[in-house]
Amino acid sequence: MTSATDDDVAVDPADFAQARINASLNPQQKIHFLKEMLRIRRFEQTALKYYNQGLMGGFLHLYIGQESVAVGTVSLMGKNDHIITAYRDHGHALAVGMGMDECMAELFGKATGCSRGKGGSMHYFAPDKNYWGGHGIVGGQTPLGLGLAYALKYQNKKGAALCFMGDGAVNQGAYHESLNLAALWKLPVVYIIENNKYSMGTTLERSSAMRNCLAERADGYGIVWDIANGEDLYEVRAKTDSAMRRAHEHSLPTVLEIDTYRYYGHSVADANAKKYRSPDEIERYKNHHDPIRLWRKRLVEEGVITEEKIEAIDDKVKEEASKAAQFAIDSPFPAPESIFEDVYWEVDKQTDAGMTGRHFFGD
Amino acid sequence: MPLITYRKALNDALAEEIIRDENVVIMGEEVAQYNGAYKVTEGLWERFGDKRVVDTPISEAGFIGMGVGASMLGIRPVMELMFWSFAYVAWDQIINNAGQVRYMSGGLINCPIVIRGPANGGTNVGATHSHTPENFIANTPGLKVVCPATAYDAKGLMKTAIRDNDPVCVMENTLLYGESWEVPEEEYLIPLGVADIKRAGTDISLIAHGRAVITALKAAEILAAEHGINAEVVDLRSIRPLDEEAILRSVSKTHRAVLVDENKPFCGVSAQIAATIQEQIFDELDAPVQRVCSLDAPAIYSPELEKIQLPTPDRVIEKALLIC
Ligand SMILES: Cc1ncc(C[n+]2csc(CCOP(=O)(O)OP(=O)(O)O)c2C)c(N)n1
Ligand SMILES: [Mg+2]
Repeated sequence: MTSATDDDVAVDPADFAQARINASLNPQQKIHFLKEMLRIRRFEQTALKYYNQGLMGGFLHLYIGQESVAVGTVSLMGKNDHIITAYRDHGHALAVGMGMDECMAELFGKATGCSRGKGGSMHYFAPDKNYWGGHGIVGGQTPLGLGLAYALKYQNKKGAALCFMGDGAVNQGAYHESLNLAALWKLPVVYIIENNKYSMGTTLERSSAMRNCLAERADGYGIVWDIANGEDLYEVRAKTDSAMRRAHEHSLPTVLEIDTYRYYGHSVADANAKKYRSPDEIERYKNHHDPIRLWRKRLVEEGVITEEKIEAIDDKVKEEASKAAQFAIDSPFPAPESIFEDVYWEVDKQTDAGMTGRHFFGD
Repeated sequence: MPLITYRKALNDALAEEIIRDENVVIMGEEVAQYNGAYKVTEGLWERFGDKRVVDTPISEAGFIGMGVGASMLGIRPVMELMFWSFAYVAWDQIINNAGQVRYMSGGLINCPIVIRGPANGGTNVGATHSHTPENFIANTPGLKVVCPATAYDAKGLMKTAIRDNDPVCVMENTLLYGESWEVPEEEYLIPLGVADIKRAGTDISLIAHGRAVITALKAAEILAAEHGINAEVVDLRSIRPLDEEAILRSVSKTHRAVLVDENKPFCGVSAQIAATIQEQIFDELDAPVQRVCSLDAPAIYSPELEKIQLPTPDRVIEKALLIC
């Protein structure tokens, strides 16, 4: 099989702290990862509170339980690395450095939101941070991730496109077409399957035919693949690093499946969240596999930080989240005219092209 | 007559047809064990089992195409799209395969498939989840499309759609699922291509389909109460086949029309209706035909703004007063 971390042979597989990319970390960086994971969790808990008060519309897909995946992978991104994901997108957004204010305001549908109130929870974007969304159609982002990789290669940039997707998205045809193109044209894309075991109320077993795991399907295309335990930030980083180096050094794709778990329902509206899986299962993950809990423990054991200092960080993060909520509440809704803005570039910029012919119709 | 929800009416229609015809199979994402994302198929898996009610992976092109193929061999698949917005993933299967195979085979093949699910804006789920593709479907000869506005119509049209020997797209509405209407206990069918006068009137015709019918009815009440205008509300129910007679009859009586349409205006359903009216009964018109459509931009998320993006009774009244 084509699996395994081919150029990481020196690493003891049991302890990814020793991996090249982790051994060089300083305490500040490790504490930063903790803070970033806490930011995602507190942001979403705050959002949930206001969603339940009816201050937001649509869906709210929470990332809580999966934070180590976004934080671990994004921590490796450099100037020419890009990222794109599905609708469960708040974690990746905060990890790339989007502010809580603009992310929260988007949920409230405010003009100050990252997408000016136009996209909502599922459609965050920040191209200035190499963050290309936030996509609502399952699997729809997988060819786009390939396109980012294509553009990088075309422009001779040494970069990688990290394309995230769920375990249910692997059954979309667009993903399989993308894998073939990625291998055929040697494109520097890393498909990261965040395997949280469920697509809505459907277990992995009920939706996917496979030999041993989802990533292994890459074998059929001759693409290198690997699996990672998402509860360990060191492992996420080590395995993502191998994949990104394969993209950077050899312009080759990788499929990386990261095992993880979501604590909440598919979205907050998921009425069956505790029916298709047992409360025991959820508790087991929370108590024994929680990535934040495990990372905290690890840092304390390593002597990097004390529990008191962690609490202080957490307090600050909670304050940041409640300030973001206040910012969102105080922000204005978009003006009605803005419905017709951001549809066409040429019209927005009032170019000749934008002013020739009728672009909008109505009554 | 018992009051039942739009959701329950659909559920009853599916159950009755599963019992009536052993070839009817319900299929889609989360339709079985989860009881349906919007609970339209609630209880069906428990009642009818794995063979008749089937959960699929998230592979719309694959399973919709499979349904088209199975229908060629006599199965009567009723395929749920969790949202009609996801039909775009399966567009080739719907348009090229279901829509064209009969013609290209010189009539040797037919596809008795039903593709159903919600197609509406108004729930703040953003541009990717708020499409109303009834005009695209209606633009494809070979396909049929219906948009029920009430529980009564939903049940009668669904049962007819399942028995129809051509591909029928049923576009429902998540905002209507929980609303209740009177539905008789005894069996009934509603033919495709027959409109329904939801409110008789003499002064102006409000012509609509789907939830826009409810908007038109609200507008009609206000027009009567506050402006002394007696509006007739014509519910198209079926877009293709279309009950042109009903449209022309109503407008010939009232001489004025406002078309209410949650579709976008460009090549929307109402554009076709407007063309029909002016082509066939131009001399009956006392004023230009008016339209109230969704504002012509992708569906905005912001809940405050999406409210005004869709047709409202106020906008209908404004247009009506312009020509009355
Ligand atoms: C094409 C398409 N089909 C169906 C849906 C509805 N839907 C949204 S998320 C989802 C489940 C996806 O599960 P998975 O890929 O495992 O991601 P997770 O939600 O677990 O992060 C479904 C069926 C959709 N958004 N797009
Ligand atoms: Mg999943």
